[in-house]
Amino acid sequence: MSGTFLGMPSLPVFGIGNLHEHEPFPKAAHRELGNTQLRANLGHATRTIRDKRLAVVSELPDWEELRDAGRAVKESVMARLPELLEQFEANFTARGGTIHWARDAGEANRIVASLIREQGADEVVKVKSMATQEIGLNEYLEEQGIAAFETDLAELIVQLDHDKPSHILVPAIHKNRTQVRDIFLREMEGVDPELTNEPARLAAAARAHLRRKFLSAKVAVSGANFALADSGTLAVVESEGNGRMCLTLPETLITVMGVEKLLPAWEDLEVFMQLLPRSSTGERMNPYTSLWTGVTPDDGPQNVHLVLLDNGRSAALADEMGRSALHCIRCSACMNVCPVYERTGGHAYGSTYPGPIGAILSPLLTGITAEENNSLPYASSLCGACYDACPVKINIPDILVHLRGEDVDSKRGKKKLPSQMDLGMKAASWALYSGKNLGLVEKALPLGRIAAGPDKKITKLPGIAAGWTQSRDIPAPPGQSFRQWWNKEHQAPAGPAAAGTDVPGAEPAGPKENP
Amino acid sequence: MNARTEILDRIRSALRDAPAVPEVPRDYRRSSELGEDALIELLTDRLLDYKANVFVEDAAAVPQRLAALLEGTGRYAVPHGLAEALFAEADAHDGGSGRRVTDAPGHRLSVEELDGVDAVVTGSAVAVAETGTIVLDASPDQGRRVISLVPDRHICLVRAGDITTILPEALRRLDATRPQTWISGPSATSDIELERVEGVHGPRTLDVVIVRG
Amino acid sequence: MRIALFATCIVDAMYPSTARATVSILERLGHEVIFPGGQACCGQMHVNSGYFKEALPVVANHVKAFEADEYDVAVAPSGSCAASVKHQHPMVARRCGDAGLEARAAAVGHKTYELSQLLVDVLGVTDAAAQLGSYFPHRITYHPSCHGMRLLRLGDRQLDLLRSVGGIELAELPEAEQCCGFGGTFSMKNADVSSAMLADKTANICGTGADLCAGGDASCLMHIGGGLSRQGSGVTTMHFAEILASTFEDPAAVTGDVRLTTGRTAR
Repeated sequence: MSGTFLGMPSLPVFGIGNLHEHEPFPKAAHRELGNTQLRANLGHATRTIRDKRLAVVSELPDWEELRDAGRAVKESVMARLPELLEQFEANFTARGGTIHWARDAGEANRIVASLIREQGADEVVKVKSMATQEIGLNEYLEEQGIAAFETDLAELIVQLDHDKPSHILVPAIHKNRTQVRDIFLREMEGVDPELTNEPARLAAAARAHLRRKFLSAKVAVSGANFALADSGTLAVVESEGNGRMCLTLPETLITVMGVEKLLPAWEDLEVFMQLLPRSSTGERMNPYTSLWTGVTPDDGPQNVHLVLLDNGRSAALADEMGRSALHCIRCSACMNVCPVYERTGGHAYGSTYPGPIGAILSPLLTGITAEENNSLPYASSLCGACYDACPVKINIPDILVHLRGEDVDSKRGKKKLPSQMDLGMKAASWALYSGKNLGLVEKALPLGRIAAGPDKKITKLPGIAAGWTQSRDIPAPPGQSFRQWWNKEHQAPAGPAAAGTDVPGAEPAGPKENP
Repeated sequence: MNARTEILDRIRSALRDAPAVPEVPRDYRRSSELGEDALIELLTDRLLDYKANVFVEDAAAVPQRLAALLEGTGRYAVPHGLAEALFAEADAHDGGSGRRVTDAPGHRLSVEELDGVDAVVTGSAVAVAETGTIVLDASPDQGRRVISLVPDRHICLVRAGDITTILPEALRRLDATRPQTWISGPSATSDIELERVEGVHGPRTLDVVIVRG
Repeated sequence: MRIALFATCIVDAMYPSTARATVSILERLGHEVIFPGGQACCGQMHVNSGYFKEALPVVANHVKAFEADEYDVAVAPSGSCAASVKHQHPMVARRCGDAGLEARAAAVGHKTYELSQLLVDVLGVTDAAAQLGSYFPHRITYHPSCHGMRLLRLGDRQLDLLRSVGGIELAELPEAEQCCGFGGTFSMKNADVSSAMLADKTANICGTGADLCAGGDASCLMHIGGGLSRQGSGVTTMHFAEILASTFEDPAAVTGDVRLTTGRTAR
């Protein structure tokens, strides 16, 4: 039964799994910034994809209209989520599919493992899926004695190298072609020892490596890009054909999908299938998209399951300012335009979801106080490039600021001692909350000139401000502030707003001063 | 409480502020006016960009084109709904239909058999010129999804009348509940340094025959 | 027109010549400039650092200060501070539950313009040399600050104004739209990433062979200029208002390193 919630409002239940920063972002970023090869690889790759995206986006005369439609569809999905989930479930089930609900990562993992065991299988082929990375499915299956083979080229590279993905679309974006060649030579059984670093040769090696696996696999595990409530249809968007192999050949198909991935109706797909490929790979359309609705007799898997995952999504939905982060269609455009991501790479964000969207989505899913996720909303200069690139217009900068507020508020009263930042902000609030106070502070400007010395620049500051002077000077302050100059220029006979430094009522009346 | 009930309760609780359901502005293009020649030209351009091979033929010339495309290949697969007459020319060259294997209800080709053929020939449901996309919906002339996947070369027939300009027009001609495969060029990857390389797990060669009339 | 100047705290305290240049330009166009004395700061440093509670009195002060006088429009020589007044102030009031302040903040925001917006859209300046007597015989490059570009959609307004200055030579800045890495407290909280962004920005600037980099936000210019100074590049930064205010008779001086705001300006 759908309808308005009548019970007691429950406390948000946050997500678990690979969603956490294990050290503060600045520390992780410091380490990654030291890797010059990584910087070069990322710079090259993100520049390439930015240019491709711009070219295909500028081709469409109605790009902004598509973005507006995309945003509204997603808003509507969030507002109608319970009803749409029930509608989807009814349609998917009516066509022979089975739905499972998972409250969190652990429950989802257990469901998938037991479905695999039911088939007597001890290995599965996998299509790249953010949801299964989020819940740590591969690691869990390994503990259970089930081998999971990633089949997407980049995922394969990462898995062979025992590394972690660093980008949601191109998980091996941090590796260049020579590094990939070296990994294949080292880890891939039966690989041609003469393998070169040409991408075409590397792709051919991956094809040969996985072909037998595809043709013999009994069980596949996938994610889904979209789920259509009005028909019960699932969609997977991909490039290489590994998705088609997994979705078509095995007898059993298990899909894991976050509850927010729904679209209300078939016609909504026309919006998202124009937005997604151009935003992600910078192509007019990705090579392959597969759609299936439950079971089709005699065509494809006959044992079809879908695990609907909460894992913190309901908690993110409860945040009115932050809930639009759930509109994300995982295109990665925000990462590719982010100046912070471009320099640190994805590993610095800890979570499965890196970059600007990760900096909001991870703390929304886990709660701002979980582990070091409170450092993520600060991992942005608020330049706004992500918002401009987002195909569904998620206002990432505003949500970052909102979450910074949540972080600051969550610490109020809890700490024994305020941080330097707390003290600085309090002092600045006093100095900046009236013209009079700022005028008083400006009287001290000559002190700064003395501090600056004969070079007329300040090169070393203490405490949190030391971060500034590690690579920048500060100019010596002027001998006279603008306010002081103005007041001198406009002394009696009084000009329009000449002498007044007070606004009536803006602060308690005090003696008039004449700075 | 079971997981389903609990998750739905959590979501309802999260939405207790009752957010408005916005009207979706559909001011994007939903129809177009391109004529057949322009559509064929646009689709051809896009497919070539994806490194597919494109041939535009009048209906009567398709058997010759297929014969030429299939020359020199070994066995090839076809779905049972594709007209026999399309292969008249190829059969004439071969002196029979010996190279052709048909996937039909009651006589399904196994994955191993499909892995042993050199090519597959299928029809298509609809195409989108602007994005260079061909949609297969498992109708009898297109067959089960697996037959256009496992062989390394896909020869795909597209009727000129099935080409639309933009995606929304194509979607209106499709049934969501049929298993669909949208194909935009041969399989490809951009996973290494974001440079597109054609040819990974899906068919590495895509030949498209656009059929006029 | 009667124009209220919102100098912004950083210009008021650190770069008074930018505000004086703004006054000079507007007066040359025949307008009356007033300086609401209660003004201090837009509060975006607090807001962007998550200190909404501390931001509220700063926002309330700005609204009161700009309600106190009669004027036609307000102007700030900063894209970032103008965007804060227009977009953040109502949001801060709303978040702190002050609906009255929210409405008043929106009214003040509505009347507030960034300087190039005012010059181009309202005052019809298209040719700085002809209309303002602007003259600046230097090779410069230009960095568009993020908030002006993306929150206010200033487009090429500042750049077009600079192009129309007499004697000027403009070198295009590669990857101009990339953030300089300032980001307020970001430059301290994430100093390493900020420095890496700055290093790329200054390298691009130095590659143009320009004498200075112009921009529309004193904070970004302080950041970029601080980096150029530390590297001993000899390249400096300057607000576009000072370039517009510069004339043949009273040229703005280019001093190198972090520019010394000694108080002299074209007037």
